[in-house]
Amino acid sequence: MEHILTPKVEEVKLLDRYTAKKPAIGTLYLTATHLIFVETSCNTRKETWMLHHLIATVEKLPLTAMGCPLHISCKNFHVAHFVISSERDCQNVHQSLVRLSQPGKVEELYAFLYNPKQDEDERRNGWGFIDSAMDFKRMGLPNEFWEMTDLNKNYELCSTYHSELGIPKTASKGTVFGSAKFRSRGRIPTLSYYHKESNAAICRCSQPLSGLSARCVEDEEMLQAISRANPKSTFMYVVDTRPKLNAMANRAAGKGYENEDNYSNICFQFVGIENIHVMRNSLQKLLEVCAMKSPTMSDYLTGLENSGWLRHIKAVMDAGVFLAKAVAEDKASVLVHCSDGWDRTAQVCSLASILLDPFYRTIKGLMVLIEKEWISMGHKFTQRCGHVDGDPKEVSPVFTQFIECLWNLMEQYPCGFEYNEKYLLEIHNHVYSCQFGNFIGNCQREREEMRLYERTFSVWPFLWENRHQYRNPLHKCSLGREVLRPSTLPLNFKFWCGMYNHFDKGMQPKQSILEHLLTITQKKAEGEKKMTDLQIQLAVMDGVLADQGSPTGTPPEQTSLAPVSVSHTAENAKPLMNGAAVEEAEIELVPTAGSEKMEPVAIEN
Amino acid sequence: MEFAELIKTPRVDGVVLRRPFLPTVEGTLCLTGHHLILSSRQDNTEELWLLHANIDAIEKRFVGSLGTIIVKCKDLRVIQLDIPGMEECLNIASSIEVLSTLDSVSLMYPLFYRPMFQVIEDGWKSFLPEDAFKDLESMTEEWRLSDVNKDYSVCSSYPPLVAVPKDVDDDTLRKAAAFRHGGRFPVLSYYHKKNGMVMMRSGQPLTGTNGRRCKEDEKLINATLRAGKRGYIIDTRTVSVAQQAKARGGGFESEANYPQWRRIHKAIERSSILQESLIKLVEACNDQSHSMDRWLSKLEASNWQTHVKEILTSACLAAQCIDREGASVLVHGTEGTDSTLQVTSLAQIILDPACRTIQGFQALVEREWLQAGHPFQQRCSQSAYSNSKPRCEAPVFLLFLDCVWQILRQFPCSFQFSQHFLVLLFEHTYASQFGTFMGNSASERSKLNLSQKTVSLWSWVNRPQEVERLSNPLYEANCLVIWPSVAPQSLLLWEGVFLRWKRSSRCLDEAYDEMVHIIQYNKELQNKVNNLRRQLAQLETEEAGEKED
Repeated sequence: MEHILTPKVEEVKLLDRYTAKKPAIGTLYLTATHLIFVETSCNTRKETWMLHHLIATVEKLPLTAMGCPLHISCKNFHVAHFVISSERDCQNVHQSLVRLSQPGKVEELYAFLYNPKQDEDERRNGWGFIDSAMDFKRMGLPNEFWEMTDLNKNYELCSTYHSELGIPKTASKGTVFGSAKFRSRGRIPTLSYYHKESNAAICRCSQPLSGLSARCVEDEEMLQAISRANPKSTFMYVVDTRPKLNAMANRAAGKGYENEDNYSNICFQFVGIENIHVMRNSLQKLLEVCAMKSPTMSDYLTGLENSGWLRHIKAVMDAGVFLAKAVAEDKASVLVHCSDGWDRTAQVCSLASILLDPFYRTIKGLMVLIEKEWISMGHKFTQRCGHVDGDPKEVSPVFTQFIECLWNLMEQYPCGFEYNEKYLLEIHNHVYSCQFGNFIGNCQREREEMRLYERTFSVWPFLWENRHQYRNPLHKCSLGREVLRPSTLPLNFKFWCGMYNHFDKGMQPKQSILEHLLTITQKKAEGEKKMTDLQIQLAVMDGVLADQGSPTGTPPEQTSLAPVSVSHTAENAKPLMNGAAVEEAEIELVPTAGSEKMEPVAIEN
Repeated sequence: MEFAELIKTPRVDGVVLRRPFLPTVEGTLCLTGHHLILSSRQDNTEELWLLHANIDAIEKRFVGSLGTIIVKCKDLRVIQLDIPGMEECLNIASSIEVLSTLDSVSLMYPLFYRPMFQVIEDGWKSFLPEDAFKDLESMTEEWRLSDVNKDYSVCSSYPPLVAVPKDVDDDTLRKAAAFRHGGRFPVLSYYHKKNGMVMMRSGQPLTGTNGRRCKEDEKLINATLRAGKRGYIIDTRTVSVAQQAKARGGGFESEANYPQWRRIHKAIERSSILQESLIKLVEACNDQSHSMDRWLSKLEASNWQTHVKEILTSACLAAQCIDREGASVLVHGTEGTDSTLQVTSLAQIILDPACRTIQGFQALVEREWLQAGHPFQQRCSQSAYSNSKPRCEAPVFLLFLDCVWQILRQFPCSFQFSQHFLVLLFEHTYASQFGTFMGNSASERSKLNLSQKTVSLWSWVNRPQEVERLSNPLYEANCLVIWPSVAPQSLLLWEGVFLRWKRSSRCLDEAYDEMVHIIQYNKELQNKVNNLRRQLAQLETEEAGEKED
């Protein structure tokens, strides 16, 4: 706590950014993990909590008549403008926050302090909750064409990949290792998604070290092997997600892209997603638009356009759609890469998976997907999210863009997803909060070296426990194995107010359809239970009344059946719209459940 | 004139109809006096019945002897008809062109339409000013219903009956009318029950360049103020536009002559600019290029969203003056038939929960638009595709509906109706079988005797099955004032109208149906539970009775 110079400041104002409303007055506390503002001006105790690690920038502005302004903006797009009366206090708070928000080393992150009072077993089980290797089994691996290999078990093949990789069966060890030498950072072509229905696969890798003319027989064999693993198709796509110009520039540095002449039967394609630096700057501009004080519609729309943000979102989506279409319609396999294959490649492979496979549209499926395509394939979370003080040029909202694409899909397919917007926001929040260990570290090997699995908790069981909040009440499983074919016309992409202005409650709809429906769903569960209870009670009474006239007493041994039939009723009661089902259930219940309490009543009579 | 003269080819076989996101249909095309009909003559396939009045523009193309007519509708739908035979195609095209642009009111479809449904309640009598006034009388005695305009001589765009302050006599009204644009003297628009404040509307005062004043006008509006209280005048024009109006005999209320009133200027664009904006917006929505920048810049350049924001902001201001400041408000622009009505009607949506019901919203449209003299026929005779030079066309009412949709989106549980109702009103203002939106004022409608010769839209809407269709399943009566956010981030493009034909509605419809299903199921479940409870209670009493026996 040596970094906290002033733990408590009173008479602090919190300004409302958009309205001319009176600022809230309260007390500002700095704890080891959070900044807390407690409003004293209103009758109800209102608290604003900000996790230090979520703070992206903290800025002290020149002294004004009101006091000394302190602007804080967080990685989850929470922005707060405080005014502290004493400049010295402000200085202290500023200095503390600068230090606290940018830990020098990973060990200072919240996850290493966070202890939800679970025991060691629970912690261990928690880490086993999501297993990306299981997902390959789900896809049908190993099969005739694909297998899992442990060639990377000591991270010798590729230090940033997971230890278990899916590769074509016909690729020999020599091919794999040879190909690794020809791929940037050894990130060989490996399986991302296998589409059972078409036998086509999505594979991912980094750029080839082709330079201006180099070639590598093993790499060519590797692609051949991938192609062969989909025997019905005569060709495969190779998709470079970079703009052509960027890829060409890389050639001069000894990297580049596949020459169609050297690889047999490939169809090579650029899809033009910009690099991390362009994306970082674009987000910066977008946030400036969000922060504008009473902008005109024209300011806003022009700002939105100039930020380029939605253009980038569309580019990522377009690429995802291209991949899914290649696999589902052309039934051709696709190999995807960008430069290193851990940013754009992760975005488009995971999007394509969601389009192709409804499993990833479920609460658990999305966990698996993130674990598989992002965490285990070496998306550099520590660097991209700026978890610790480091090179600001490595920070980029790559994961945020993926989540936003997903939100756009959910807007187009309101019944297609088991999860809702809150789930996306919560995941996004946890990627940056470092409350859990999942998103700390840049690759699997780093996580093992940090012993994260022993020292921190996994976020997935935590989210799973709260899954009722993240359910989409409109979700329909009946959509089945349908491949999503979203429209990517520009007019289908909206600014995501729920993300970027999430904390500006005034801008959100004042009544939420989602919350409303979630409440109803809850009521429904209660109502169904209540109905079952009442039906049993009624049946008991009915049984009694019916029994008076009829000589058929219920055999006592049936009593034990009662609980079974109760659950049976609950099931039968579900199709309420079909009244018949309910009626039937009631009738069925009479003799069995009735017998349960019949005896004592009968005795009374 | 006989329609038959205009229809050279009444029937063509083998016509192919293409619509976005729907399967193509091959069938027989028929032209009647009012409809374009395409029938596949197969069971279970949809027929197309398109009112000629709904056609905004057509384009024709030929490839060999196969002609293609692109029909662009006022509801923004675009359909394509492939017609074999050049002559047939040309004949059809020229007939559509003539039939869709008939100017003569006497040939309009509502005068020919005979309802296929039973009229339970005649919509022409559903919202009479006398009835509305009864509600007002139950709340206050400070107002009276004046029939000074009974023969439409004082103000041609006002209805025969208007609500005015009790202490102001008809003579004063006549003099005030002479001082207001179009004779539109200040009349009551809304009475805020909560605090007794009122909103009035009028045309601009005719002060001219030499600052003419009118004691009667001053007396009239001052009569609405409580002792010692000030009121607000919301002028829907910018200061400079209002200044310029003086040169043409118009103007605004000066501080000197209206010391008890504070004037606030807001900038709502005039109608010709709004029409331009609609055309640009629709053009942007039809742009098939895949460039995000192009879309956003076209959307911005259309200024449509700007208008939405401005109108909503002005309405919020009026509502704020009444509810928060506890002051009475007078709203006017130039004529007082367009932007004025947008502001007064939206302010009521914000303030008055009754306006958020299906009946209440109809009453609002009737009172604040139809009776208040919004020239529907002029404003809605062309939509976004028309090639003819716009005359008085302007999407003033559409903008109002758009603003209502914005509020509905922000308060999805506070309206008894869903956006279907708003879309339906949009469609019927541009082309309809009902007489409701014909004519430009109450006087015109009365001259045409529409209430006898046509069916009212409200007769259709208020049938139980239609009410059901237009109902918002999420509705829970909310008696509060609802303040919408007017931040640009909070205002979206109204997809239900502008993107309606641009994408498949399957997924959105499915979601809506699912939502209805969930809510319906829950309702039935609760009913069922209550029934069971009752049964149980009954049995218990019976049992208790039997025990006593």
